[in-house]
Amino acid sequence: MAFNSVVLVKQVPDTKNITGQAMLDDGTVNRAALPAIFNPEDLNALEAALALRQLCGGSVSVMTMGPPSACEVLRECLYRGADRVILITDRRAAASDTLSTSYILSCAVRQIPDVQLVFCGRQAIDGDTAQVGPQLAEKLNLPQVTYVEELIEASDSSLTLRRNLGDGYEIVKASPPLLMTIVDTANTPRPPAARKMLRYKRARGKTELQKEATEQYGKDAKEDIDRYVQQRSDQLSAKGLLIEQWDLDTVKADVTRCGRSGSPTKVHRIQSVVLTGTDHKRIEPTAQAIGELVHELIEDHTVG
Amino acid sequence: MANFLADNSDILFHLEHTDLARIADCLEDSYADAEKFDYAPANAAEAIEDYKRVLNVLGELAGDFIDPRAEDNDRTGNRIENNRVVRPVGMDEDLEALAQADLMGFTLPRKYGGLNFPNLIYTMATEIVSRADAALMNIFGLQGIAETINAFASDEIKDEYLPKFCEGQVTGAMVLTEPDAGSDLQAIKLKATQDENGQWLLNGVKRFITNGCGEVLLVLARSEPDRAGGLGLSLFICNFSDGVKLRRLEDKLGIHASPTCEMQFDDVPARLIGERQRGLVTYVMALMNGARIGIAAQSLGIAQAAYQAARAYAASRRQFEVAIEKLPAVADMLAKMNMDIQAARALAYESAFHVDLENSLLKKLEFGEEPQDKTLRKQMRQDARKLKRVNSLLTPMAKYICSEMCNRVAYDSIQVHGGSGFMRDYPVERYARDARITTIYEGTSQLQIVAAVRGVMSGTAQKRFDGFAQREYDGDLAPLAQKLAEVLPLFAQTTAFVKEQGTEYMDLHGRQIVDAATDIYMAYLLLNQARHSQEKLTVADRYILEVLPRVKYNCELITSGDRTSLDCFETLAGPVPTE
Repeated sequence: MAFNSVVLVKQVPDTKNITGQAMLDDGTVNRAALPAIFNPEDLNALEAALALRQLCGGSVSVMTMGPPSACEVLRECLYRGADRVILITDRRAAASDTLSTSYILSCAVRQIPDVQLVFCGRQAIDGDTAQVGPQLAEKLNLPQVTYVEELIEASDSSLTLRRNLGDGYEIVKASPPLLMTIVDTANTPRPPAARKMLRYKRARGKTELQKEATEQYGKDAKEDIDRYVQQRSDQLSAKGLLIEQWDLDTVKADVTRCGRSGSPTKVHRIQSVVLTGTDHKRIEPTAQAIGELVHELIEDHTVG
Repeated sequence: MANFLADNSDILFHLEHTDLARIADCLEDSYADAEKFDYAPANAAEAIEDYKRVLNVLGELAGDFIDPRAEDNDRTGNRIENNRVVRPVGMDEDLEALAQADLMGFTLPRKYGGLNFPNLIYTMATEIVSRADAALMNIFGLQGIAETINAFASDEIKDEYLPKFCEGQVTGAMVLTEPDAGSDLQAIKLKATQDENGQWLLNGVKRFITNGCGEVLLVLARSEPDRAGGLGLSLFICNFSDGVKLRRLEDKLGIHASPTCEMQFDDVPARLIGERQRGLVTYVMALMNGARIGIAAQSLGIAQAAYQAARAYAASRRQFEVAIEKLPAVADMLAKMNMDIQAARALAYESAFHVDLENSLLKKLEFGEEPQDKTLRKQMRQDARKLKRVNSLLTPMAKYICSEMCNRVAYDSIQVHGGSGFMRDYPVERYARDARITTIYEGTSQLQIVAAVRGVMSGTAQKRFDGFAQREYDGDLAPLAQKLAEVLPLFAQTTAFVKEQGTEYMDLHGRQIVDAATDIYMAYLLLNQARHSQEKLTVADRYILEVLPRVKYNCELITSGDRTSLDCFETLAGPVPTE
């Protein structure tokens, strides 16, 4: 009863810790004001996979699609015990919507033999769509169990899972191969393990090495850059510290279905909400004052 | 998203301005481990970066995971079921998370899976854990047990136990105290006898044993029945087995989640650690520096927690139409609390730093290849002796000062909270209860003073002060250094006076002598911190303002020649109450 799992994770701007103007005047996200973090529910997904491995054995591979800086979340996975991590990065994949992203990820998951379980976080805090997991399941032709909050039982032939439906729960039994999306109440993600962290802090992906080399030699010194990247990749690879990197060709994706051309989503309208109110109002703890507040909130359509 | 390292500017200050490279160099021995272990640092810069990384993980774990569980751990406490201790759920979760984070072998060598971190960094870690849950520190902070095994046990025992400690599979207990042997460990009675096959067996009773339910027990026992005192005692290791009966758990004022056990040993098979008769005099004494600094760190953590609560409350609580922090009396309390914490922390870290220097030197002298060069060898031995003297002054001072400070700060934190602080709705009453043990266990304040006053009187303190005074202090620091230098002759005269009066007088005024010495010491530490920041200059300035009259006051009392507490004891203390 050992499961080979793939966990899909994403590096996202930290919308909870906004350090400045979150949106630029043109309505796009101001990434400079938002530190990049591990999407919180993807950490829950990773924890679920690691806990299952602890219980039943097997392996945990992690994939992320994103820019070179996304290697950081992959290192975080290594610190917590992932067996294998893969960065999927390709300029042609930029501006992919959920349809295109789930297509690329489905191509990537297919490259890993004998996958029984796919774990996703329920949703990412940047887009909050919760679409990529379910779309991926459809493309991989896997049954999907969304909103998973608890693994009740695991056997060779099936997993018994509790789904949190918001207004209740549902217990389902499903047979691998299957895809699950995990909610934040499912578990408390484990901390990074010190020894793994001190080892894998040195792990780098090729694009990161390219960036290092460009900073060192200048972007025109192509030969120096290539030599540096080759040398460092060989060194890191020998120590098991080279983060695997795939592009659209590696995952055998149809390029027309990727990036902008594969993304039918149209942004209809962007509303830049600027919070101007800075004042506060003191409500006395009396029945009357509270009654007035409730009345005001109903009038505003804030509640009710 | 709380991080008890990232939000503590004073610990960060120490990480930035302490010569960590020096201890890393001492500890890593040419960074030879880098060839053998994939997680070992290759140089001092990397070692320092590693210390910070790991502390940062711990800071987040403490803030986000451990702290939220502390209240329930305190309320639930432990209970015995089928001769095993059932811990509060949160405590088990905390220990599991610490084990997952690889933090249970902080200072152990890498060959057993440890991090080989210095005592100073472990001290910071202990403080961070204690701020979140003081009771958890009593298990996290017991890593000295594994260190004792590492230092003195056979390779066979080390190979068997140390990897398990590092993985967090086992916890340990230091089983020393007995009903009639508390501070006076020489009176220990628990018997260690050998059967016909040479197997050691333990029989007797132990009391007040922190985490006595731990899987691995280090037991101090009388192996030489005919020999009274410390030289009749040896140290043994055994597993918690059915022969060990948990007779009861103590019902305590504080640190409720830390199980304090009374245990009975019935023919429990055990193995000898090191050599017979050296149990107390060598092995347990070697634990002493680490144990004292551990409690100093625990005290700092509790004080920090209590202070943060008071600071936040005073900023938000409004009375007389202002936040109470604006009231002069409250403002002054808060300023003093924070200053006292910084002063005590400076002393605790100073002593941890010197313990690192001593330990790594001793390790080199004992296990390393001794330098062929005779002068160098001689120098190393001299340095080790000097550091030993410094540490036998600094570690009891730090334990004494930090634990007393922690009680004051916790007490004042309740005071700042007013009536709310007295209620169990706020965590400050827990901090005050947890604080209370720190001046008692691992040697009471009075015993720390007995140890520290001898360090002061031997001239070690004066030498340190002279060293501080001889440094250069420019600009704003110069007048402060001048003021401090002015009390040094007074202090020297005072100790000379005490010397003439004899040992009993010295112990009678021990507290004042140690207080004066510690005040001067901490003032110098803060003054040197002020080199690096304007805030620290403000702290040093104010601290020195308070210290000078206090030193003079203590010196005046000490040189009064007063012995009335002894000579007129019956009058001053009154009669013993009758039923």
